[in-house]
Amino acid sequence: MTESVHIHLRINGEVRSLQVETKRTLLEVLRQDLLLTGTKRGCNQGVCGACSILVDGHSIRSCLSLAVAMQDRDIVTIEGLSDGARLDRVQQAFLDAGAIQCGFCMPGMIITAKALLDRNPRPSTEEIRHALGNNICRCSGYVKVIDAVHRAATT
Amino acid sequence: MPRREARAKATGAAAYTDDIVLPRMLYGAVLGSDYAHARIRSYNTSAAEALPGVKVVLTGEKLDGKLHGKCIEDEPILATGKVRYIGEPVAAVAAIDYATAKRALQLIDIQYEELPAVFDAEAALASDAPPIHEERKRYGGRVPPLENPNLASYTAFKEGDAEAAWSQCDVIVEDTYETPAQQHMYLEPCSTLAAFDRAADQLTIWTSTQGVFIVQYAIAKWLGMPMSKVRVIAPYIGGAFGGKGGVTNQPIAAALAIAAGAPVKLTYSREDDMTMMKSRHPSRIYMRTGARRDGTLVAREARIYLNTGAYADEGPFVNAIAVGFSRGPYRIPNIKTEAWCVYTNHLKAGGMRGFGVPQANYASELQIEAIADKLGLDPIELRTRNALVTGDKFLGGQNVDHGTLINCLEAVRRASDWEARRARRPVQPGKRRGVGVSSAAHVSAMNGAGATIKLNEDGSLTVNTGAVDVGQGSDTVLSQLAAGVLGVSLDKIKYAAPDTDFSPYNHQTGGSRTTYTVGVAVERASEHARDQILEHASEMLECSVEELELRPGGLVGVKGTATRELPFVSIAKRALYATGGPIMGTANWVYEAERFDPKRTLTAGFAPNAVGVFLFAALIVEVEVDEATGKVAIVEAWAAHDVGRAINPGAVEGQIQGGLVQGFGLALIEELLWDDGRLVNPTMMDYKVPGAMDVPYEIHPIILEDPERTGPFGARGIGEIPLNLAAPAVCNAIEHAIGRKVTTIPATGERVLRAMI
Repeated sequence: MTESVHIHLRINGEVRSLQVETKRTLLEVLRQDLLLTGTKRGCNQGVCGACSILVDGHSIRSCLSLAVAMQDRDIVTIEGLSDGARLDRVQQAFLDAGAIQCGFCMPGMIITAKALLDRNPRPSTEEIRHALGNNICRCSGYVKVIDAVHRAATT
Repeated sequence: MPRREARAKATGAAAYTDDIVLPRMLYGAVLGSDYAHARIRSYNTSAAEALPGVKVVLTGEKLDGKLHGKCIEDEPILATGKVRYIGEPVAAVAAIDYATAKRALQLIDIQYEELPAVFDAEAALASDAPPIHEERKRYGGRVPPLENPNLASYTAFKEGDAEAAWSQCDVIVEDTYETPAQQHMYLEPCSTLAAFDRAADQLTIWTSTQGVFIVQYAIAKWLGMPMSKVRVIAPYIGGAFGGKGGVTNQPIAAALAIAAGAPVKLTYSREDDMTMMKSRHPSRIYMRTGARRDGTLVAREARIYLNTGAYADEGPFVNAIAVGFSRGPYRIPNIKTEAWCVYTNHLKAGGMRGFGVPQANYASELQIEAIADKLGLDPIELRTRNALVTGDKFLGGQNVDHGTLINCLEAVRRASDWEARRARRPVQPGKRRGVGVSSAAHVSAMNGAGATIKLNEDGSLTVNTGAVDVGQGSDTVLSQLAAGVLGVSLDKIKYAAPDTDFSPYNHQTGGSRTTYTVGVAVERASEHARDQILEHASEMLECSVEELELRPGGLVGVKGTATRELPFVSIAKRALYATGGPIMGTANWVYEAERFDPKRTLTAGFAPNAVGVFLFAALIVEVEVDEATGKVAIVEAWAAHDVGRAINPGAVEGQIQGGLVQGFGLALIEELLWDDGRLVNPTMMDYKVPGAMDVPYEIHPIILEDPERTGPFGARGIGEIPLNLAAPAVCNAIEHAIGRKVTTIPATGERVLRAMI
């Protein structure tokens, strides 16, 4: 049988107490236990980036992270970027650039773009392509996604 | 014009199927076959059934064994009697959680007797090939029965007399082309939540699909229920590209839910999705084209083999469309094309963006290039000389109403500075540069659509069509059309979510049809509502309808006056409470396909009617080839599309850029690979699709607008045609760079190096 432990996770500014099996990923816990379903599962092997979240300001793959290893870390999911009424400037830029099609990759894409802009406020096109290189979008061809990040950098 | 639903998607609030949770919900999992071709000897599911938490274990033995399919009724819900590919669903479990369901799958014991398998389409047609569908000649469906147990369908078109015309040709080119099994790789794997209410005898399905009505019809048929007991709802869809057309895993989810009497969520893992769903048809095409010295195309013959895998799915349609587009967007008076859609022991193939045209157009455009090489003609000049123009007939005899390929070619020629760019030489040692061009045509339309538009009590409006936005932006575009007719802002229009209980019928999203076909229904329904609004206003303002005009913001006014006007809200209230009754605009129509003209085109086998209006596009691509590795990088691209009218230019650009990049994936990297029937790259780690580093930022969409006579505000559908352009332009650019043809895609480093040696 798998071991189960009690943990505290700090997510979007709130501390959540949970009983979780040690083998479970943060992605599973976010989606199934906390119903934070904005974080998506595209491949479950760390390739597509749809499950990207911010951990201490870095974009990481929640499908490759064990929930028990995330205690005492500052976790931000797509739901934590805005209350829905007023958007984060990165979210607004993705809307304004027309970058969003099916939207399934977008929570991860926006999170990764946010992490980039937090450490590099005015990235070049090459830096944006590099930073988003492991977030797969099957709809857009990336042009408008890159436009969105430029737009966010200048607003 | 931002997308209507973009805010929900950007904040994570948009619920896709797997995000929905119901009380008492169970989790489904599916066991795939371990054999490419085998007879099922026995099942033992007792250990799985005994596992705590397991509620249902289903196998083909427990279902009715009936076969189903859109074109050919050849497919069971779960394998019955035989398995025909590795990964074919053979058993399904519903349990209290996903981990328990997966554990239960491991406890299912199925005994097989292995049969010889065949994986190549031409090999499968040989008389001594192992029979995959022994019952083929007894199968029902739209495609007539055939004697050969491995032939799903055959289509042939003939115009003029190609055999006799070869002697008139000064130059003849001939080659064989191969295209791969591309995977749709929508980011959201297939998912269905099925809930069965035993007391009410009602099945409700939330699913990631291109069409709620197609699923409703299929589920009712597959499970033997009346459609009135099946309700299908489309939440947000995480991409589709053809892969979520027809049925996906809905029948299995529904069968589990009915057996369990509880909701069952069946969400595929990426690996399940890649091994159990479908791909684009791999093809092998033998083609021969001849021209006169001045570049006039004279004759073409082609034989097309499509590998449809274990089940036909939409293969016979794809096969027929490939034939219809095998001439390309050109005048070639003598043509003969035959195509075979063949069963093999691979994953099934079905519709994918382009629907047979990317395969046929790849071969065709490489042949045009080869003729230009031989005659020393500029490739754009050769294409322009032979391009279909307005008034010409497409292959099959259907009219070309907007023959604008020449405009598209000219637009990309100018934008790319073609002549100067072609003349340029390598920028750095070890790299070669090349510039290539392609043309393409596609259709837009297909089948029926309805729309209603309801004037609400507060003067706002609700549009309902049943059309599913799979990400391309149709919720926004269809709302814009209604807003355009009624002169109101978009925030006054609600687009109702597709739901078979409430929406008018709509065929699925596909065939580049939603903006055009559903758009016509929305435009007409909006006009119908407008006419009712004006009738009321004329009585209220005591003037004739002709004296009235719609004013921005939902107002009706008397022409030439500033004050004599009424808001929609007053009209809505009068209609609701005083006279006339609720205002509801309705419209329905179906694209009435022309039959092929038998005096012009001889057809044989399965040849459906012409399906829509034609549109044209052209692409120029610049590539850089690494001499040491053969790896090809796309440097820049210019694409011109005549979309009739861009209702939402940003969305059109997104379709062009996204479609091209999927096509660049097909051209350079994407290919499902099998080893003895086993898919060796069924993950996103091993099957790569283009990322932001793999494609250039410099992809320039050029939108041309020759308004479609029959389209809503002049629009045509743009969803598929960009993909038809990509692979041939890339390979023509590679040829320009290295002086050799690459006739098999994807043009991987290895294939390009081989061509160079």
